[in-house]
Amino acid sequence: MLSIEYYLILSALLFTIGVIGVLIRRNAIIIFMCIELMLNAANLAFVAISRSLGQVEGQLFVFFVMAVAAAEVAIGLAIIVSVFKHRETINVDEINSLKG
Amino acid sequence: MTAEHIFFFIFGGVSLIGAISVISFRHPIYSALALIVTFFAQAGLFVLLGAHFVAAVQVIVYAGAIMVLFLFVIMLLNLGTLSLKGALSGKLKGVAILLGILLAIEGIYIAVTTLNNPNTAVASSEVAADTSYSIEEIGELLFKDYLLPFEVTSLILLAALIGVIVLVKRGNQQEN
Repeated sequence: MLSIEYYLILSALLFTIGVIGVLIRRNAIIIFMCIELMLNAANLAFVAISRSLGQVEGQLFVFFVMAVAAAEVAIGLAIIVSVFKHRETINVDEINSLKG
Repeated sequence: MTAEHIFFFIFGGVSLIGAISVISFRHPIYSALALIVTFFAQAGLFVLLGAHFVAAVQVIVYAGAIMVLFLFVIMLLNLGTLSLKGALSGKLKGVAILLGILLAIEGIYIAVTTLNNPNTAVASSEVAADTSYSIEEIGELLFKDYLLPFEVTSLILLAALIGVIVLVKRGNQQEN
């Protein structure tokens, strides 16, 4: 059996790629995809720790994370669609009417 | 080098390459397809960890439902040329990548040290038993001990459903 550290390191790397994506991309849809990437990295860590502890709870939390991710994507994409109808752009640097 | 090592490095490598592709492709459609590859590779990792049901749900919900939603919106908005404008300047991009590398080092350090330190170890580095959980066990736990969180999840989904309808409907009214 492979040591659990490998999975945690992979999870950390995937999470970091998601963070870098949120920082460097300006397209709102790709920023959403990077958030999905981060949630998935967290899921991987959940399942790895669940395996390591011999408890099934970790896998249950993955389902809750997935439900929240599905809700978040639906709401987020609806916001993107209505912003696009309004402003004709989804570049997050141009959508700045909430800027203080 | 056991078969598990080989499969781990295949799936792990594919998911890392897919993730890097997601943030480096210019066109959102390619990013979405790369993300689907990443999700499939992660489903493979879940199978390696003995979480077969999670792997199946990963493919159905993430690679199926969520990514279809993404592709649908990308094609609906037809963003081909718009997405190419307004990338981050080279200097800021360098700073972002540097900060990301620092975060990765930090995460790896925490993962390795907390597992090896006996005082803080929540989980042993060695795996307890070569077990995999059946849907039966997961379902029993979900519908007995975690029934309330499960029901609250349905509330979240209902709220999301209503929210989406309100958001899109209001957008239409403003247009008319």
